[in-house]
Amino acid sequence: MITLTHYMVLSGILFSIGMLGVIRRKNLLMLFFSTEIMLNAVNLGFVAVSKYIGDLSGQMFAFFIIAVAASEVAVGLGLLVLWYKRKQTIDLDSLQSMKG
Amino acid sequence: MEKYVYLTLFAPLAGSLFAAMFGMSKKNLITGIVTSALLFVSLFSSLMLLGYVDEEHIVKVNLFDWISAGNFDVSFGFIADQVSVIMMVTVTTVSALVHVYSIGYMDHDEGFNRFFSYLSAFVFSMLVLVMSDNFLGLFIGWEGVGLCSWLLIGFWYYKKDLPREIYPAISPSWAANEAFIMNRIADLGMLIGLFLIYWNVGSLNYDVVFKNIPNVDISIVVLIGIFLFIGAMGKSAQFPLHTWLADAMEGPTPVSALIHAATMVTAGVYLVVRANEVFSLIPNVGMFIASLGAFVAVFAATMALVNNDLKKIIAYSTLSQLGYMFVAAGLGAYWVALFHLMTHAFFKSLLFLGAGNVMHAMNDELNIKKMGGLYSKMKWTAILMIIASLALAGIYPFAGFFSKDKILEVAFSEHAYILWFMLWIGAGLTAFYSFRLIMLVFFGEERYKRFGFHPHEAYAFMLWAMAPLGVLAVISGFFEHSFKEYVTAILPDYEAHIEPHIVGYVLIALTLTMALSGILFAVYKYSRGGFSKKWEETWIYKLLFNQYYIPQLYEKFITKPYAELSKIAWKDIDLKIVDSTVDFIATTLYDAGDKSRVIQSGNLSKMLRWMAIGLIVLLIAAII
Repeated sequence: MITLTHYMVLSGILFSIGMLGVIRRKNLLMLFFSTEIMLNAVNLGFVAVSKYIGDLSGQMFAFFIIAVAASEVAVGLGLLVLWYKRKQTIDLDSLQSMKG
Repeated sequence: MEKYVYLTLFAPLAGSLFAAMFGMSKKNLITGIVTSALLFVSLFSSLMLLGYVDEEHIVKVNLFDWISAGNFDVSFGFIADQVSVIMMVTVTTVSALVHVYSIGYMDHDEGFNRFFSYLSAFVFSMLVLVMSDNFLGLFIGWEGVGLCSWLLIGFWYYKKDLPREIYPAISPSWAANEAFIMNRIADLGMLIGLFLIYWNVGSLNYDVVFKNIPNVDISIVVLIGIFLFIGAMGKSAQFPLHTWLADAMEGPTPVSALIHAATMVTAGVYLVVRANEVFSLIPNVGMFIASLGAFVAVFAATMALVNNDLKKIIAYSTLSQLGYMFVAAGLGAYWVALFHLMTHAFFKSLLFLGAGNVMHAMNDELNIKKMGGLYSKMKWTAILMIIASLALAGIYPFAGFFSKDKILEVAFSEHAYILWFMLWIGAGLTAFYSFRLIMLVFFGEERYKRFGFHPHEAYAFMLWAMAPLGVLAVISGFFEHSFKEYVTAILPDYEAHIEPHIVGYVLIALTLTMALSGILFAVYKYSRGGFSKKWEETWIYKLLFNQYYIPQLYEKFITKPYAELSKIAWKDIDLKIVDSTVDFIATTLYDAGDKSRVIQSGNLSKMLRWMAIGLIVLLIAAII
């Protein structure tokens, strides 16, 4: 039987993977993937809890997050393409024009 | 009548502001004329008040409420009663004439307009001092005249500092600062006196204070009297705060005549007279005041005996005469003190203005040993100065005779025979040094020729400005009885009782003899070339010539240690403790910023890492 705990653990594991990606990866595209993973880990958690307590607002929130994430990725990828055209690289360390 | 009060008070202020508009520009005769004209307006209205004020008619005006905080209520109020009217008339008379005189005296000075602005501002402050109906207003005037005195002593502030060995007063700006600082010391005493009055009476209005002061504990009244007198000591240059007055002669001579002889320095006497209700409760303090006065009268006169500086001799005689006034005030004869204050103002300012003429003639030379025989060149100045000196020496029928003799009578009838004897000696000394000055300046060998001076008489209008003072120096003594009747309406009546009558006449004769013998001795000695050189080698001459070494003592035991102390406070305390603490805080912050600057690398992956760390920290914090 798959219980809420399983869902939450899976969500936690996914979030950690995403976070690790955010910290470790230098490729901007990979960074986007990692953030998507983190967002969807949270979505998973929302949906599971919503089903468990029988309240639909969690699932509604998940849809919102998907929509927002999609638009964010659209803008982000657009910028990324521009950046690549200018610099011929999407390495994170090249995005460094302000240094204290 | 209120309008006359306002006119008297504000005409000099208007003149001062008018002259101030031209302060930075070149000499403009109109400033001198306008300020003088306004001073005559002031004189006229104070004379109107003099005629109006009597027992039923005392003019009080309340300009506006000034400070009103809790129980403390002070308004800008002015009063024209008998005492203040007498002071107003004296002040405005002398200052109007000095203004006119100054037009001639400051003729070639660059700061002509500035001078008149300061001089009128001084008159305004002095009038605030004497007309205020409360102690706080008096204190404002008191500080105002101090400020104007500072401005005017240091009028030629650009003159260089010289060591004391070469030049006793060092420089005008030094002298101005000395005067200002000495007065601040005394003003602290005065302020404490005012605080004590307020704490114990709850008001600073003369009426309220004098009505309630008998109910105050006597030990407090003694303290009030002492502290008020400390204030008076500073302004009136009584020992030990006297050194500034002689150095104040660095200012232009009309200033010496107006401020440092006739008006400002008598403010201390005015304070004691005004607060007579306080001082008459505490005869012991009064006795102390009188003793100090008698001491100063002789002490200053001895210094005047040997000095060679034209203006300093007159300055010491001012000190000495202030001592006489304090004797009268201390012994309870307030109207006598006020009377001597008035007559002294007339003849002493005349003496100073005459000295100004001599200085002009001699290209600002002050050493009387370089003068002599000036009578033939400046006859009218000489005559006016001789009149003033006769009045100062107290020869009948000149003004000084009446007032000074009255003081001696007071001392005798109070059984203060020692004081009487000191004053008697002082009278002889006064006569001697006054005529030593006259003889050395106007008669004898014409020594100025050796030094290449070409003396000339002053402008005629300057002499005309001096003439009224000359007339007053002769006749003002005859107003004794009407003066007494006028002021004793509010001052305690005092009549010297000397029994039997014949003793009184003997005393007058003794005093006159003393004064005459002083004069004759001076005339005799200096018509034969003065004292021998050997006299100048004696220790007593040196002691007197160096003013009892008091300026040197002050410098050695007060000024220098204080300068050392300030240096320690600056170099050790301020720089090493205060400054370094502040610097430490600043450098710590600066270093911390410098160290943590590397965090702001602009590198996104590092920032993301920091963000993750922050998130974890916050999560942990939230869980705990």
